[in-house]
Amino acid sequence: MTKQTDTQQHAAIEVEDLVTHYGSTKILDHVDMQVQTGEIMVIMGGSGSGKSTLLRYMLGLHEATSGSIKLLGHDITTISAKEMDELRKNMGVSFQGGALFNSMTVGENVCLPLREHTHLDENTMQIMSRMKLSVVNLGGFEDLMPAQLSGGMIKRAALARAIIMDPKLLFFDEPSAGLDPVAAAELDDLILRIRKALNTTIVVVTHDLDSTFRIADRITVLDKGNILMIGTVDEVRNSDNERIQSLLNREARHVEINADEYLKELTGQKSD
Amino acid sequence: MIEKKVLRTFTEKLGQVTIRGIEELGYSLALLVESAYWLVFGFHRRQAVKLPSIFEQMMHIGIQALPIVTILAFAIGMMLAIQGIATLKTFGAESQVVLGIALSVTREFSPLIIGILVAGRSGSALAARIGTMQIAQEIDALRVIGISPVRYLVTPAMVAMLIMLPSLTFFADLVALLGGGVYSSLELGMSLQAYADRTIEVLKVDDITQGLYKSLVFAVIITLVSFVNGFSVTAGSEGVGKATTRSVVMSITYIIIADMVFTFVLTH
Repeated sequence: MTKQTDTQQHAAIEVEDLVTHYGSTKILDHVDMQVQTGEIMVIMGGSGSGKSTLLRYMLGLHEATSGSIKLLGHDITTISAKEMDELRKNMGVSFQGGALFNSMTVGENVCLPLREHTHLDENTMQIMSRMKLSVVNLGGFEDLMPAQLSGGMIKRAALARAIIMDPKLLFFDEPSAGLDPVAAAELDDLILRIRKALNTTIVVVTHDLDSTFRIADRITVLDKGNILMIGTVDEVRNSDNERIQSLLNREARHVEINADEYLKELTGQKSD
Repeated sequence: MIEKKVLRTFTEKLGQVTIRGIEELGYSLALLVESAYWLVFGFHRRQAVKLPSIFEQMMHIGIQALPIVTILAFAIGMMLAIQGIATLKTFGAESQVVLGIALSVTREFSPLIIGILVAGRSGSALAARIGTMQIAQEIDALRVIGISPVRYLVTPAMVAMLIMLPSLTFFADLVALLGGGVYSSLELGMSLQAYADRTIEVLKVDDITQGLYKSLVFAVIITLVSFVNGFSVTAGSEGVGKATTRSVVMSITYIIIADMVFTFVLTH
């Protein structure tokens, strides 16, 4: 068996030649990446690099212009809606703001995927939701409303909802955004514990460097819709790419200004 | 030069408004078809529309609106009686007020007032709720959990509207007729029993069903307009406010236009 075939067999996520647009603006430009089973892949990049967009396409929330995205061997750009529904039972997502349903209690939020996709009796669902809430250190909080929780607790509750079906794929959008360093570190530990317990394939989109270096097996660095590099933590740290180093060293971007374009921008004229 | 620029801006705006209108119409039709699809085929997709969600919406849209519907309908019945008696007195035909009240309440006022009330009360609440869910990524969360937002949110509201709007309209018919009867009996010295007998005599089933058919159309309009505006929210809490206002204004406008068309068709 060749090395390439071996890699493909174990890839839980394969993005091939992905091109996406927002209106007429190209956001992702021929992106290729693979995430192996049980791996934690961190996608990082500056604001506007396309990392959140890449995540949204991996989640099947938008239709790509071209290219393919395979999750657990299924190409989500071509599969039927019914197959996608089935595939989603193997996916868990923790959104940036938690995206808990405000009209439901924490317990009802966590139970929702079970209620919609299984025929378990109420008691079993309650027990499972309490188990998952205690995994994320929120045991006893099931009767509270999301509005009564702190930012860190909301993220942990959202994580409990994401893992309630024991998904094979887990996605995080900016898990440490808005959290204090201690809460962010706790969430990082939780991500590592979940991977260890369930061998879940995890994709994390973040611009938090500390968090990235703590949890990542490999890192994908995006810049202006292009992949600058995919490598291990050490490979990325030691990269001599100027853009990567300025991202790691938090250096300000130097925007080159074209005098004619700037004048047109100021006077409200459209560029050619 | 300035005139040319103004004309160009006006043309661009007109074009943008037209394109947005066509997009929203297409989106509304797609929502209507998709919500019907989930109602019929949801079970086969293992995503049946849940009855508790429909009942919950029926409570919000219908049952909780009963007090205000009662007050409005009674007041409208009385208002029609006051106006009718005052006008008909000129011709010495006050006794004909029963016919006037019965027809205008069942054919026109009840469905229209209930439509406008529900658009303002429940349509705005739906648009605000969906808009807030949209900016809090709750709609995305539903989709990634594998729950169709249309099946989970739109279909229950649509079914509840289609049941509750005609029910409220029929209830408003009865209350408004009572309101008219109370005033007429006081003003004309007619007993309530005689008023009721005369009303039953002049009313045809068609008059009532005409109002109920209208309310079904209004139910579809309110639901679609509310969801289209709610789902299109992108710009934070300000966007939610704008979508809510827009949804109420559009619903009421479409209801009145649809009512006019409906009345024209049914009377020709």
